[in-house]
Amino acid sequence: MKKPPVPLLQNGLRADGRAPDQMREVQIQVGTVSNADGSAVVSYGATTAVAAVYGPREMHPRHLSLPDRGVMRVRYHMAPFSTKDERKSPTPSRREIEISKVLREALEPAVMLEQYPRSRIDVFIEILQADGSTRVASLTAASLALADAGIYMRDLVVGVSVGLVDGTVVLDLNGLEDNYGEGDMPVGYMPNLRRFTLLQLDGAWTREKFLEALGLAVKGAEYVYQVAREALKNRYMAIAEEIYGR
Amino acid sequence: MASISPYGKRFISYLRREQIRRLIASKARIDGREVDQVRPVEVKTGIVKTADGSAEVKLGKTHVVAGVKIGLGQPFPDAPDEGVLVVNAEVLPHASPYTEVGPPDEFAIELARVVDRGLRHCGYVDFKKLSVEGGKAYVLWVDLYVINDDGNLVDAANLAAVAALKNAALPAVVKDETGAVKLDRNSRAPMPLDLEKAPIAVSVGKIANVLFLDPIFEEELSLDGRITYTFAQERIVAIQKTLGSFTQQELEAALDLAWRGRESYLASLKEVLQ
Repeated sequence: MKKPPVPLLQNGLRADGRAPDQMREVQIQVGTVSNADGSAVVSYGATTAVAAVYGPREMHPRHLSLPDRGVMRVRYHMAPFSTKDERKSPTPSRREIEISKVLREALEPAVMLEQYPRSRIDVFIEILQADGSTRVASLTAASLALADAGIYMRDLVVGVSVGLVDGTVVLDLNGLEDNYGEGDMPVGYMPNLRRFTLLQLDGAWTREKFLEALGLAVKGAEYVYQVAREALKNRYMAIAEEIYGR
Repeated sequence: MASISPYGKRFISYLRREQIRRLIASKARIDGREVDQVRPVEVKTGIVKTADGSAEVKLGKTHVVAGVKIGLGQPFPDAPDEGVLVVNAEVLPHASPYTEVGPPDEFAIELARVVDRGLRHCGYVDFKKLSVEGGKAYVLWVDLYVINDDGNLVDAANLAAVAALKNAALPAVVKDETGAVKLDRNSRAPMPLDLEKAPIAVSVGKIANVLFLDPIFEEELSLDGRITYTFAQERIVAIQKTLGSFTQQELEAALDLAWRGRESYLASLKEVLQ
């Protein structure tokens, strides 16, 4: 295991002062890209993801359209300036291609694609600033952008990460903990249906720690869900005010 | 590059799908297996003489060849005293009527990355012993080639990678006239492996709320959910949910089922890993 530049856990607190079960500050704004049918910006601490949704719209190429349901197209991408070290090449890496796939598979269970035959729904996610947990912040942003676009959904999908740091299960990994921790587990969760739609893990976990982490992920997701709901409500209150006045 | 719902490319007739779903609902399967039964596994090593290590795995009709090539290169800046592992997977156009010629698509990339994650965190390969003097390191290139896809490529490819690494031998590092280091393939040492910690990937499919091991191709086209657990000894070293959604209860049940599947796969590797 690589040695971290600062202790990851000291007197029960993490390097950035958080308790193990504490999220960073969660900031969410819905409807930030005016041209898109739906959009959202989500920040977990210094990690910022912007999602924009276009659709449902006609599927091109036509032969990839389906007669009985819509198809989803998801792109996760990191801006070249989003990382702390050298400029990241804008060419999609293998990591970004894999994340695009797992995010699509994390959103599809929530979206009623059967309502959109022969159409496609595009979800574009851009990481503007990365400090760990980018794929789960992306997931929250993407599902809010879908809701903002008025796409039929079974539930919101909320993303949170949990990790193993010095043998302790912690919520919402930052970049430091992601690099030097013993394990990382990104989770996507539908809070009302109580179902997991994204689950990945690396590191070395016992069964007990894994189950503990699942429990903490649910707790974290329920918290983020409240913030997400508020943000979505604010968006529609603003529209209602615009139309009907106060 | 974006990820598109793939159902348009790979499909199965509704009748066949309904048949598979009906059977599974009563815990029976289209090929006669039990839900907790993996297909017969055949592992052969040393099948490619030009590689530094190789193996072939047949999981039922699924057929994967793994080749290891060893080179010298730069270690990663954040791990200067460790060797480098690169896992790549290609699903050959031979593998199924749905596979196209071209660079690895998202399925192949995911396959490689899931196998990579298992190998990287399990302690099977001692990367510290793969560092070379003069700031260099051994680079282990593990290439996974799928020749026939009858489903569950992850489990088969993982077994092939584990077996090929066991079969590999490390070329000696020598200095040439100018003092630069290079590899001498005529003189070799065994790979620094901890055989006890070999990672075992076990995929669990879900159809009609029934969980089962080792889905075949037709079952894969009928799945409601799919998740892979990778174990090294009693630890979980990788997880990848690749389809659908799961409740917490289902995740725990899938974990227990995968743990049982691990026993079968380990038994098939027994001869190779000694």
